[in-house]
Amino acid sequence: MNEYRQEIAALTMRWVRRLSREKFSMLFTLIQPMLFWLIFFGNLFQRAADVQVVQAPNYISFLTAGVVVMTVLNNGLAGGVDLLFDKENGFLERLMSTPIHRTSVILSRFLFVTTVTSLQVLVILGVAFLFGVTPATGFFGVAVILLIGMLFGVGLTAISMAMAFSVKSHGDFFSVLGFLSLPMIFLSSALVPLSAMPKFMAMLAVLNPMTWAIDAIRPLILTGWADALRPLAIVLLIMVAFDALCLYGSAKAFRRAIG
Amino acid sequence: MEQSVAIDVSKLGKTYDGVAAIQDLSFQIRTGEIFALLGPNGAGKSTTLRILITLLRPTSGQATVLGHDVVRDADHVRRLIGYVPQERAIDRFLTGREHLLLLGDLYHLSKEESLRRIAELLKLVDLEGKADQPAKTYSGGMKRKLDIACGLLPNPKILFLDEPTLGLDVQSRLRIWDYVRQLRQRGITVVMTTNYLDEADQLCDRLAIIDGGHIKALGSPTELKSGLGGDIVSVTVGSAALARVEPLAAALKGLPSIRAISAKPTGLDIRVESPEKALPAILEVANRLACPVEFIEYHRPRLDDVFVAHTGHAIREEFPAAEEEA
Ligand SMILES: Nc1ncnc2c1ncn2[C@@H]1O[C@H](COP(=O)(O)OP(=O)(O)OP(=O)(O)O)[C@@H](O)[C@H]1O
Ligand SMILES: [Mg+2]
Repeated sequence: MNEYRQEIAALTMRWVRRLSREKFSMLFTLIQPMLFWLIFFGNLFQRAADVQVVQAPNYISFLTAGVVVMTVLNNGLAGGVDLLFDKENGFLERLMSTPIHRTSVILSRFLFVTTVTSLQVLVILGVAFLFGVTPATGFFGVAVILLIGMLFGVGLTAISMAMAFSVKSHGDFFSVLGFLSLPMIFLSSALVPLSAMPKFMAMLAVLNPMTWAIDAIRPLILTGWADALRPLAIVLLIMVAFDALCLYGSAKAFRRAIG
Repeated sequence: MEQSVAIDVSKLGKTYDGVAAIQDLSFQIRTGEIFALLGPNGAGKSTTLRILITLLRPTSGQATVLGHDVVRDADHVRRLIGYVPQERAIDRFLTGREHLLLLGDLYHLSKEESLRRIAELLKLVDLEGKADQPAKTYSGGMKRKLDIACGLLPNPKILFLDEPTLGLDVQSRLRIWDYVRQLRQRGITVVMTTNYLDEADQLCDRLAIIDGGHIKALGSPTELKSGLGGDIVSVTVGSAALARVEPLAAALKGLPSIRAISAKPTGLDIRVESPEKALPAILEVANRLACPVEFIEYHRPRLDDVFVAHTGHAIREEFPAAEEEA
């Protein structure tokens, strides 16, 4: 058990070190785009968005939940990238030739991605706060938002790592990533509520776990516990199922790749 | 002196998507020796090594490392070995010291033990000056040295080196040979792969020639060379007469003093019992066939002759003509 802790701590520290060395990419690829969505689109569509339709005092407060989940989505789907590079340059092989538990590398990645994502979600909520968006459910509500983000993030990171282990080239990895992420965003309630979507889009969006995460987070920010409890119960069930599915799939991919 | 067996490989096979990379390999590696798998690109060297270090499951057969099965007892095997992969497995963003610290934790060393070994290893591979710079500032040779330090950190009983000197300059190669000999002196068994004949010849106690996934010959360089018997007569013909080489080979085949003939790009290598007797005969036949001999010499068998004798081809294609032009 002690050995297991030592391995995971060391492997997680490696991800932290790498991130701190890549300050540029940390700043630009992770934090910036999502804040851009929040600040830029939040204000840009302020006048285009009908307050009646979005059911929120202003568009930026409506958009906050979507931006939080989009951050989780992007970080989760990109969560396997570093493992992909490790696999391609042989570093993974070096790690796996040591007497570590076979799950340590993966676990360290989950830990790291989850922590970074949570910090970013806090930054986004902080910026939204500066624009006058105060979560209606307070600190406890923020904790629940983080929990939903983690649950969704685990499944996404699992998908990403499974892909990293099974793709033949990293071109494949990035095409699948690009192919997944935009439709996931547009076919969800991130930018527009389901009620305002064309029928066929709304039908597809219901199948998207992201929609459920957003629809649970949104009342936590906008209205309060009374509206949030029902979607919270639903999203917890959906996320447990989603994670179970993703973890099962990625465990298979991992076993095939590493033996 | 009877040496104990460090690695026992028996009928080992591995297929990738139905294509066999290695087939039916059997050999033993003795404790304390430097053992090489010598073969051309794609021969199956890395595949064999990866199975021994538990990163690949064999499709058939089995292998034990110090008595532990590499599949069933993989975790135990990993605690006994060090590994230096063929690709530079380096994280460009980490410093050399951080690489070693990371591995120290993965081998579950205590902090003090880890620091002690790291200081010692950085000195051994002469990287003390660069230890705290990110690896992206290292030259190829420095990365290789760091690789080797990483492989030695666990203080392994057996060290696996996959093509340790590939692409290095002459000095770096010689230094690495020196390290490897030092390791043997410290009692470490070294298993390496190479496609350099001189490396196998000068560094290794024993070697296995592997080609197309099969072991073609096994023994010490001296045994392998003397096993050929006799000497090699090397005939070079003028480039205008290359077409006559084949009839020349056919005509020589019957002669009693000749054991084997193999073609090379510029002529023939002829394995003979005694060059003193064979030379006049060879010249006489060449003369009769009007095949102009430009150059003829004989030498004791070298490892490249051994390789050709067992595999039927040279380890890599040589293009002497192209070099002359350049
Ligand atoms: N992951 C893989 N999937 C499919 N085929 C593979 C894989 N790895 C190796 N092979 C094939 O197995 C054979 C042996 O490869 P291996 O890497 O063991 O050769 P090698 O002797 O190490 O060559 P080199 O000197 O180029 O390193 C080759 O034909 C190679 O194409
Ligand atoms: Mg190889």
